[in-house]
Amino acid sequence: MTSNARRKRKDERLVQSEDEEEGISNPSMEGDLPEMTGTDSSPEMEAAEADALVKTLKTKRRKKKKELADEVISPKDDLARQLKEAKRKSQQKIEDAEREEMEESAPMSVVADDGTLPMPEEEERESVLEEAEGEEVRRLRKKKEETEETLIEGPPGEEEETPPPREEEEPPAKPPSPVPKEPSDEMPSKSLSIKEKMRMRMEKAKEEALSEVKEEEKESRKERRLQRDKKQTTRFDETKPYIGSPHASFEIDENELDRITEEKRLQRLERRKKMPAKGREGFQMPTAEEAFDFFTREWKDEEKEEVEEGVEKAETEKAEKKEGEEAAEQEGAPKPDKPEDEQPLITQDDEMVSDLPTMMCAAYTPDINEQIKKEGEIYFVPSAAEIPATQKVGADFEVRRLEDEGFYVGKRPSAGSRNQNRMEHRLLKEIEKGRESSRAWFGEDGSLLALPDPLRSLPSRPPMPEEVEPVLKLDYKKAVIREFDSRYIDGTTEGIGHYQLDVDLNQVFFTHHHLYSKEHALAQKLTSLYEQYVIRERKNMTAYLGEKLKALKNSALHLQDHIAAHKSEYNLTDRSNYDRRLQDYRAEIIQTRQQRDREEKTDRTLLRHILATWKAIKKERELQTFTNTPVKLQIRKEDGNKVEDERVWKQEVLAEIEELRDEHEREYRRNMLTYEEEMKRYQNQIQAKAEAQKRVDKRRKKIGSKQSIRSGAEDDEQHEKDLELLSEADLTPPDEPSHFDDATVRESVEKKARENRRRPGEPKLHLELSNTATITPTQNCNLDEQRRRADVSKCMIFVKILFNNKEVSRTNMKPLSQDFKVSYGQIYSMKIVQWPESIAFQVHESIGLGSTLVAELCAPIPDTSVTSVSVQLEDLEFSSDRKEKLNRAAVGSGMPFTYGSDNSQLEILMTTGILTYSVAWAVDEHGQALVPPALVNANTMFTHMKKMDPLAAIGAAGVMDLKKLADWFASSHLDPNDPSNADIVYLLRGKGGDTSHLTPAEYFRLEQLMVEFDFVTQQELEENKRFRLIQLRDEEVQEFKNYKMVPAHEREVPRDVFTEYERKKREEQRLKSEGDHDIETQRMAVKRYRQKIRDQVMRRFRRQAHMKNWEDMVKEDMVPNIALLGTSLMKVFARRTPLKPQRKKQKKVVAQSIKGDEVRIIVNISRAQNVPVRLSAAMQAGSGAVTSRQDTRPLEQTMVRPFVEVMFQHHCIRTSVGDGSNPSFNEELEVPFRAPFDDYSPGNLQTVPDAVFLNIFDEVVVDIQEDDRERGRMVHQRIEKKWLGSLKIPFTTIYFNGKIDGTFRVNAPPVLLGYVYEGLSHGPDDIGINKDLKTLLGLFISIQPPLTQPEPVKERFSTNEDEATMVQADQWKEQISSRFTPKRELKTFVTDVNFKSVFITRYFRPINPPDEFTGKGPELVARYVSLIPFVPDAAIFPGLCDIWNTCDQFLAMLSGDEEEHAILLVNYFLHMGIKAWLICGNAIPEGPTAYVLTEEANVHYIWNPSSGERFRTNDATCPLRSIGCIVNNENIWANIQPYDKPDQMMYSLTETSCWEPLFNNSRRNPGLQSIQPERLYYLQTDKDFVTELQEKIQHVLKNKVMDWRSRYITRWNRHCSQIMRKTLPLLEESLGKSVDQDHIKELEASFSSYKVSGFPINMPFTEVDPIVETVYATGVHGHESNEIEFALAVYVHPYPNSVLSVWVYVASLMKNR
Amino acid sequence: MASSSVFLVMVSGQIESAEFPEFDEIYLRYNLHYGQDWLVTSGLEEGISQVAKKSQDDRQQIVWNFPIDVTFKSTNPHGWPQLVVHCYGSDFWGTEVSRGYGVCHIPITPGKHKLKIPMFVPESSSLLQKFTSWFLSRRPEYVDARVIARGEGREVTRVRSQGFVNISFNVIMKDMKKLGYDVLPSDVSTVNVPENVGTTATEA
Repeated sequence: MTSNARRKRKDERLVQSEDEEEGISNPSMEGDLPEMTGTDSSPEMEAAEADALVKTLKTKRRKKKKELADEVISPKDDLARQLKEAKRKSQQKIEDAEREEMEESAPMSVVADDGTLPMPEEEERESVLEEAEGEEVRRLRKKKEETEETLIEGPPGEEEETPPPREEEEPPAKPPSPVPKEPSDEMPSKSLSIKEKMRMRMEKAKEEALSEVKEEEKESRKERRLQRDKKQTTRFDETKPYIGSPHASFEIDENELDRITEEKRLQRLERRKKMPAKGREGFQMPTAEEAFDFFTREWKDEEKEEVEEGVEKAETEKAEKKEGEEAAEQEGAPKPDKPEDEQPLITQDDEMVSDLPTMMCAAYTPDINEQIKKEGEIYFVPSAAEIPATQKVGADFEVRRLEDEGFYVGKRPSAGSRNQNRMEHRLLKEIEKGRESSRAWFGEDGSLLALPDPLRSLPSRPPMPEEVEPVLKLDYKKAVIREFDSRYIDGTTEGIGHYQLDVDLNQVFFTHHHLYSKEHALAQKLTSLYEQYVIRERKNMTAYLGEKLKALKNSALHLQDHIAAHKSEYNLTDRSNYDRRLQDYRAEIIQTRQQRDREEKTDRTLLRHILATWKAIKKERELQTFTNTPVKLQIRKEDGNKVEDERVWKQEVLAEIEELRDEHEREYRRNMLTYEEEMKRYQNQIQAKAEAQKRVDKRRKKIGSKQSIRSGAEDDEQHEKDLELLSEADLTPPDEPSHFDDATVRESVEKKARENRRRPGEPKLHLELSNTATITPTQNCNLDEQRRRADVSKCMIFVKILFNNKEVSRTNMKPLSQDFKVSYGQIYSMKIVQWPESIAFQVHESIGLGSTLVAELCAPIPDTSVTSVSVQLEDLEFSSDRKEKLNRAAVGSGMPFTYGSDNSQLEILMTTGILTYSVAWAVDEHGQALVPPALVNANTMFTHMKKMDPLAAIGAAGVMDLKKLADWFASSHLDPNDPSNADIVYLLRGKGGDTSHLTPAEYFRLEQLMVEFDFVTQQELEENKRFRLIQLRDEEVQEFKNYKMVPAHEREVPRDVFTEYERKKREEQRLKSEGDHDIETQRMAVKRYRQKIRDQVMRRFRRQAHMKNWEDMVKEDMVPNIALLGTSLMKVFARRTPLKPQRKKQKKVVAQSIKGDEVRIIVNISRAQNVPVRLSAAMQAGSGAVTSRQDTRPLEQTMVRPFVEVMFQHHCIRTSVGDGSNPSFNEELEVPFRAPFDDYSPGNLQTVPDAVFLNIFDEVVVDIQEDDRERGRMVHQRIEKKWLGSLKIPFTTIYFNGKIDGTFRVNAPPVLLGYVYEGLSHGPDDIGINKDLKTLLGLFISIQPPLTQPEPVKERFSTNEDEATMVQADQWKEQISSRFTPKRELKTFVTDVNFKSVFITRYFRPINPPDEFTGKGPELVARYVSLIPFVPDAAIFPGLCDIWNTCDQFLAMLSGDEEEHAILLVNYFLHMGIKAWLICGNAIPEGPTAYVLTEEANVHYIWNPSSGERFRTNDATCPLRSIGCIVNNENIWANIQPYDKPDQMMYSLTETSCWEPLFNNSRRNPGLQSIQPERLYYLQTDKDFVTELQEKIQHVLKNKVMDWRSRYITRWNRHCSQIMRKTLPLLEESLGKSVDQDHIKELEASFSSYKVSGFPINMPFTEVDPIVETVYATGVHGHESNEIEFALAVYVHPYPNSVLSVWVYVASLMKNR
Repeated sequence: MASSSVFLVMVSGQIESAEFPEFDEIYLRYNLHYGQDWLVTSGLEEGISQVAKKSQDDRQQIVWNFPIDVTFKSTNPHGWPQLVVHCYGSDFWGTEVSRGYGVCHIPITPGKHKLKIPMFVPESSSLLQKFTSWFLSRRPEYVDARVIARGEGREVTRVRSQGFVNISFNVIMKDMKKLGYDVLPSDVSTVNVPENVGTTATEA
């Protein structure tokens, strides 16, 4: 801030302070200003003179004080002077007072003129001055001028200002009204009529006058307090000016003085004018004096503090000496400090304006210092000090006091001045910050806007309306008691809830009782039989049926005759009609006859039974010598006419036989027909079978002789059919129908007749049962019988009545009568409130104490029409299976007994009986049935449904089977057009509405309204692209999972959204659908299988992934255990090793925060080793090779100029060219990375299929100078790059590991034409490449920024394993893994394809390798395994954990990752008798992986299952870096050695200090079964297919190469190709490692005139495309010349099960010049 | 993708205050959780408030008055934005622990809404855990506060309610009706304008 600016500000401030001073001098303003608050709280002085007096006194007082203070403070002052001054002042003061009195007496008119202030003008001038005064000098001069001017200028200005209209009115009404009294927001009050205003003011004035007197007393106290307050502020203020710039402050003071003097002068003038209005000035004088004294004393305390001001004050004093009245001088003192006081704040604020508080996105900084700093930026502590009015109003405006101008300003509501000041500060702050709008808070007078105090002086209460709002009105309603609640019949309706059921229990009769005697039982039997007899007799069914039979026969005969007679007359339909009728008759005749026979039979048996029973009774009575029952059977015999009888008999028999014959004949004819048919079929079959058998036999012979698999498809078909035929069940030869056998039929008819009919001559019997037999009196019976009878009468029977399973009443106990009847004859009335659900009776029997339940029987709930008036008694039978012992004469129940003396017939009878009762609705006195109304129209709840759909209504009734109904409808020949059948017809009519086909709709609808909720039809749902998109997204389909902002309308859906997806779908579809006769059919099958597994697994996983557990949801610390505490404590005391810095983890970036373009893969290539050197160079350098042996190696000869090319996602970056076979690059290459679908979430990232390719090339510069003459002047060269090897690192590997660091073996071809490894070029025979020497590449790969890795998927899923084993394994794992800080790979359970946790040892079992490999070395097997394509699990099962497949699944899928390869290899080894284990450990670059460990003759080898390589355990180049545990089919051994590097470890598993087995003596292996198949079956790979494939690959490659170099002619060297083709099988035989040197020699020999460079590439076959890619990556084609020739050879070596090894040999030949 | 048909939901409002009867000195964070079809066009998705103390009166309110001002763009009401509020405060040992999680949907009708959302915290899984978590000032927290805006996995948690947070929303919507979504109740959408309103205005 420039000093000028500062000055300016100070100026402003000064102006303000002046304003304030003025305000202070004005008592009415005191409410606003802190210093004055106490001094006089009554602002109204106009009316009362007292006021005026006070005022004068006060001002005097203040002046005095100031003067005194000033004097004291000034350094040169001494006490004496001070005293003198004081005296002088007091004198002056008195004088002043006198003068004021005089002034008061001045004419009224002057005062009236003075009503408004000259202030505005003054102010204006001041501001003008301020603006003008840029320089101090000028200001100073001005000051002098002004001081001189004051006296002269003041009065005229005032007079000019007075507004004429107010002149008359103001004087009486408005004595000197203080300016600030009128707040500027009073502006609207101007609109009020002046008269009104006046009146109000008068009122107020009066009030205030009264209060003034009281206030006076308080004044002194307040003043004191004020002083104290002031003191504080002063102290505070004072320090700053000194700290700041004293010079500046001095200036300010001077400046300010100008203003002050001016101001004061004005005030004085004003006051002088006002004075006259305030009369009676002497009134208050004494008090003023006292106060004055008091204050002078007080003031001394402050003296020291106001050091500086003193000087200036003195000056002012002098200037104003004449006017003794000094108003706010006192305030003047602290004022000047204020600007400085605020200075620091202001500067701060200026800085702050730029950085407004910003909201941060949840970044929390716990640093306290930073927080304080931040708070400092944000917080603002407003000071309580006053602010000059000018500052508040703004520089461009003048302070205006409306009150002084004569406007009415109401009384401001009281508010603490400190608070008010604070608020002003705040607002000013905002203004400073540029919010000029805050200026609006200030009125024209510089104070805050405020409405007049809204409070009334007197308390009052608001008017309360008498009437209540109609809405809120409450109506009185009588309380209602509900008798029943709604779960009862009708709780809703009042009054009628009384329903009554009458239960009439008439009697209980036991048809069997355990106290029955034998005779009773028999009698009972007889009675029931007789009842049956009577009923039958009444019906007389036999006679009826006989008649019917006769009539039928007649009509049949008649019909037959009729047909015979009119045969020709009828057409076909009629005839068939008649025939059918005839047949009907016949059938009915047969039926009727059978019925009649049955009836006759029953009649007869019944008769026989009755007679037998009666006989038994008679016998029983005889036996027991007394009669117990009154039954008596009378038999009447009616003799018949024997002859007549016989005739009828015979006739009937004959008729029957005749009929039977008839029938039989018809039957025979029919049977004969079917028989013939069947016979024919039977014979046909026999013949066919014989033929088939012949064919099959023939074929068998054929197969036996010829081993060809290929046989015609037709043949197969035939064969199949034959087999089918043969396997058919043999038909049984049909039986020939028998002819009618007259004799037997007759016999059977007669026999039947004899059995069933009264024989001719036998008398007809008529029976009559009566109860007329006399019962022997008790005393005449024997003892047993007497006791029995006594028991009977002791037996009491009662019945309980249960309503809704609750007992409501019971009958009396009544003794059983001797005829086992109990009569109650009583009606029990039940008032019910609940819906009747059941009415039940329980029959109880009690003998002696207690009772037993005999039976419970339910009565139906009576229909509404059944009332007690109309009801009939009904019988209910009951029975009991309770066993009751028979004693004495009684038979008991449920116990076997015999009649009579012989023990032949055992009989068991159960207690049974009949209850006679009735249940009916009661009738009240008006004859009204007391039936619940709802029962009348039952199932009302379905009525609305019925309206909707009759189907639903029927369904609700739940009784009808529509199918049956339809059947019945069809069979009953109902007229569908009959209106009475309309309902049924409608019901049965299907959708079509076709009345002819009455079939019910074959569906069931649970919610017939459901359709209403379908917002579109199903079809629309499927066709709409938008819906489809949403659905697919919901299904979390990869492509759409993260689709953002699905458009709101279908038309806005991009047209190509689905193209990709549909293509994929089609692909899958194609995979699924067979019949694709591609050459790779089998591969397709494999793919299909893989797809299937994948789908299955994905489905499972999706379900699994949505199941969360506690850890997924809530972050909670584990309860610390002692071990953890210990280690953490140890950490504190651990030795600090500052020279060994710990690696700090990089912060992971969350997926959301990645925009997409900043992710890069950083590849740091440090060096390469063992890069093969050019043969020419090597030969020259080496001691002896093929042609020229020069011991001196030319210096300019370059060995090799390798460089590395990094390729990722079609981005290609290369290093600079290194030199020699061990170049060091030290270059950092950055390759951009883009995630598919721009989705950087871990779930997506782990499915990225891309890989980083690192290719090593040799840069060869070829001189192509055509003209030797120009050699000196021109350089014409061609740069060629020759592929030396490559390395492929999948992105997922980098992603999962975060970084990859180390030295890697480059995959170099086994033969690299034209190149040789340097170290080996010495021996003449080592032209080829030694397998042990490989190019190594030092690498460091990382992703920048580091991406969040996927959360470890919970590996534990549901399992079939034994719980105890799992727990054991978990404990074991926990125990071991806690011991080692970089956790070792320990696996106990793994996930299988079914998402089940499976114990790892279950994966092992010796499995046979393909038969071809038997007897071959393990290397071949390893090679076989390594040739199965390698696909990481993450690529097959994206977003999933590691899934372990079994070997058969692995081979079926023909792809898998390390563990599958390793398991298969281990299993093969086990089968071969080699000790083998699976190693779980870490390797580079794979990360956590699985290797294989074998032991052969005490030497341990480590196998890399994915490459088939074997390493010795001490081999440093082994990619395996650590071993966590080893597993085989028996056990898991955890590595508990201190080191886990393979070359530092012990491999003797028995050593318990090195290896800790899971199963030992204490933990037994529970005998886990292997989940692997016992045997694997291998399919032979089709040789034809292989050759075909070979040709195909070759063809494709040739075309491709020509495509790639389309600018040049591509020539193929056939001879070279042939040589190469010969060598390839040799390479395969040597398992792609050791090389047969001969072929190279041959090649060298044939092409010595050429420069040959080329190499064979080997890879497992997956598809053709990858092969092309690989060849392309080597850049063989990249020779930009026409002269070059190419050679290409492809060899596919088949292994069983379609495992194919593909060899591609590419070479370029260039003629040596 | 030039999708012209979107609707806008503008939410302004503030997280006004909270009632946590047992705790003091609490600050809060808020996140907005919304579906895939939603996009924040302006405003902050997350925010962290100042630390607020209880008022000294009977209400014991913790007042933040923390403003929320977000505008969403969307094509589909599915995944309607939710406001997830989580509060933190210092515990007995002076360590900051979670004091409550709460969630509410942004009101789906335009206008002013005041909501009072209950706040809850996950409970410790066992009594011992409870003690250690108290002793070590490591109360269980949600792994991601947004889980409370979803239903998934909630069945495994046990929570306890802690207090309430009062939020006021002012919601303005644009083009909802154009896309066929009618969020206004019928009585609001068809405002009955008094007849004389227009006439007096014209006369005046």
